[in-house]
Parts: sequence; structure tokens; C-alpha cells
Amino acid sequence: MLSKKNIQLNENGELHHLLAIEGLPKRILERILDTAESFVGINEREMKVVPLLRGKSIFNVFFENSTRTRTTFEIAAKRLSADVVSLDVARSSTSKGESILDTIANLSAMHADMFVVRHSASGAPYLIAQNVAPHVHVVNAGDGRHEHPTQGLLDVFTIRKYKKQFNHLTVAIVGDILHSRVARSQIHALTTLGVPELRVIGPQTLLPAEIERLGVRVFTSMEEGLRGVDVVTMLRLQNERMNGALLPSASEYFSRYGLTPQKLALAKPDAIVLHPGPMNRGVEIDSAVADGAQSVILPQVTYGIAIRMAVMAILAGATR
Amino acid sequence: MSVQKHQTDAEPLFNALRDQMAASIAYDAKLIGVYSGGAWLAERLKAELDGEHELGFIDVAFYRDDLSMSGLKPTVRATHIPFSVEGAHLVIVDDVLFTGRSIRAAINTLFDYGRPASIRLAVLVDRGGRELPIAADFVGDALIVAADQMLALNRDETGKLFLTMEPWKK
Repeated sequence: MLSKKNIQLNENGELHHLLAIEGLPKRILERILDTAESFVGINEREMKVVPLLRGKSIFNVFFENSTRTRTTFEIAAKRLSADVVSLDVARSSTSKGESILDTIANLSAMHADMFVVRHSASGAPYLIAQNVAPHVHVVNAGDGRHEHPTQGLLDVFTIRKYKKQFNHLTVAIVGDILHSRVARSQIHALTTLGVPELRVIGPQTLLPAEIERLGVRVFTSMEEGLRGVDVVTMLRLQNERMNGALLPSASEYFSRYGLTPQKLALAKPDAIVLHPGPMNRGVEIDSAVADGAQSVILPQVTYGIAIRMAVMAILAGATR
Repeated sequence: MSVQKHQTDAEPLFNALRDQMAASIAYDAKLIGVYSGGAWLAERLKAELDGEHELGFIDVAFYRDDLSMSGLKPTVRATHIPFSVEGAHLVIVDDVLFTGRSIRAAINTLFDYGRPASIRLAVLVDRGGRELPIAADFVGDALIVAADQMLALNRDETGKLFLTMEPWKK
């Protein structure tokens, strides 16, 4: 349990900032998922915009590059009629020596209502949330190895779409758990929503020490870990990990941990395959799986917009 | 703290509303129920009115003007309009007409699906207190309700409609 007050919630227990899945009660997660359900329909219309956030200014502040995530937040903000500005601060202010809080203070002076923040340092969005004006909201778009809450939410939303209920599922997360904020957010989301069996599968060097404490079963063998699962989440193997001593080679990694049709056959016949993208085909996932009938990787992208719309709409409606 | 809560049978009001509409709406007018009370009414109207009345349901939460005052409501239902509104004769069905703001939001919602030929408004209760120039075409009854009271439609397990009145809760 969190000893100090959860700064993500306001006095009424409503979501004010989205910084991490850890510590959020089930009712908050379910409210986000249910609201996103309504936005899925909006995204399928010819007219994809609703006027909900007219006049609100949302700043995407990416201290670490990610064109893809930034774009999905931009699309979500635009479909809510917010004004959205994306700053690639990785290439501008910070390279000139400006501190995070000075960057945020400058943008706040332009009357920002919400910041969507990505940073390579775990906890950076917390620092920002503690220093913005009470009416300003902060969304963590990925901080270091800590969390990527909207990715975790879109993952569980996708799982719920295909599997309806969480309370009978076995879910496996495969790959570089150690460095993955996606894995951490997904583990907290699935645990809170009541998934009874959660497994992580990966080489010992890419599994955090004491990961079992999060309530997961640990496997180093795909053949054992994938048996009978309903959902497989494949994590991206970041190329930079290859340079260190953690892994021998991409081809050896693929032969042991790459998801091939043969390995997927060990899971339930109706198991679904998730991947947060961008994929390394032939490293963590075989093209036959990525493009196969069990892959829900592109629906994840579609639902990601609805989830981000839901988060922004709920936050913008919360007052402090 | 005990809260004064009054219940009233809404079936006579529903019958009055249905009878007015029966005499006046187009054979193929499409009914748009506003969640949640209006959706129940629209389902009942479709069952009890002659004609080919297709049903759609809207939640106006994304079109409201009070996000910064009240926030996004806890449950937003998915808008579902299974037909083209382009060129259609539509009847918005809602339970209680008060300020007119949710009807404004409902009209804006519908225009994001196309350009209807006409939109009319059917409400079970008109409680006055309008803040916008909006009037209903069909009204079950006009009731005088104190400004501090919330009037809402409910449905019991048998499908019977009743109105409840209680103090507004923030």
C-alpha cells in the first residue's frame, strides 16, 4: 500500500493525474475502460471529433523521442477538440541546459491545461505533477523503466474486448521484463482487474529480481510458460540490450524466446497475441504470428486512441 | 440523513405522450432515445406506436457544456445509431425537459452523424426552467417542480415506469 497520499487522485477520489497503474483502484481502471468503449464508436464514425475539450490546451512534452506514442496522444487530443502542441524537447530546450521544471513552468505560462510527458528517467512525471498548478493535469506517456500507464490500459482494454472477463484468464508476458515499463503497467492492471494467473517468461538476465512479489509466476522456458495461456504479450527487444552482456545474439534470442507458430500452438487455440510495437520481426516475433489470425496487434493501436481519449476526458473533468 | 424521496406512477404520462405522437409523427420517423430514461421511453414507443420506427440511442456526455463544472459523468453509454440520419425524420425522446442543455447537446450529437430532414422533440415531463430557446413538440405532462429537486425516470423489474423526485445530489 502507498503510505503517502496518492497524488493521482483528488479529494473526491477521482483521477486527477495518470502517472502509474500501480495504486489505482479497480473502479478507476474500469471507468477508464468503460469510457473508452464509448470512444471506440466515435472513432468509427465519419465525423471523428467531439467537442468535449474545446478550448483546452494539451502539451505533449517528450523528453525522450517516440513519434508513435506522441502521435496517438495528438490524435486523441484532436478528436476531443483540444488544442494540442507537441514539443520534441529532447532536441531543443534540454539540450540547451534547461531543467525539466523550467520547461514545464514556461509551458504553464502559456496556459496549459494538461501535460503528456515522456521521460527517460523513472518518476519524472511525478516531479512535474507535484509542481504544476492545481487545475493542471499530467499524463505519464512512459517514464524510464517505471510505467507506461496508457499502454497498460490499452492492453487490458484489448484483452477485455476479445476475452470479455478477466477472472478466468491466464496471461503470459514474454521478453525483456527487466527494462519494460509496458510489462510493469500491464502486470499492475491485470492484477487489479482480477486476472488469476499471470506469468512472465524471459531469460534470467532480463527478469527483475523478486518479480514474484508482484504476484506473477516466473518461467525461463517458453515451452513451459506458454502452455494453456489465453493471452500472450510479446515485448519488444530493444536493440541496445544486444550490445551489453545480457544476451548472446538476436538469432539465439529468437530461437529460444521468439514467438513462432509452433510455440504459440502450446497456448489455448483461441489465445490472442499482443505486442506494444514497434515490432522486431524475426527477433521477438515471427511474421507468421504477427500477421496471423491470433494477432490483435493492430486492434491495440486502434483502441489506444480510444483509451487516450478516455483518459484525457476524465482528467479534464476532474477538479481540485 | 434521511432524504425525502417521492415516487409517482409515470404510466399515465407515457400513455398521453404516446397518443399525441401517434396522431402526428411520420410513419417512418426514427426514434432517438437519450440515455437512460429516454432510451426506455423510445423502446416502449417503438413497441406501442404503429409504423416503421427505427431506434437509435445516444449518450450526450461528449457534447455537454458543463465538463469543467461537473466533470465527465461516471458511466458514458455508447451512442448507437444503426441507420443513416442523413435526410431522416428524427424524434429525440427524453424523460425530463428542464434547462434544455442536454437537448442542445443531443441535437449537436445528431448533426455529427449527418444532416437530418427534421428533428422533433418528445419528452415525458416538461418541468420548465429553460435556459435555452428549446421547446418540446410532444409532452406527456407539464409539472411544476421546485428548483432544488431532481426529477428522474426509473423503471422497475416489470418494465413499469415511475418518476422519482429527490433533492439534487452534487
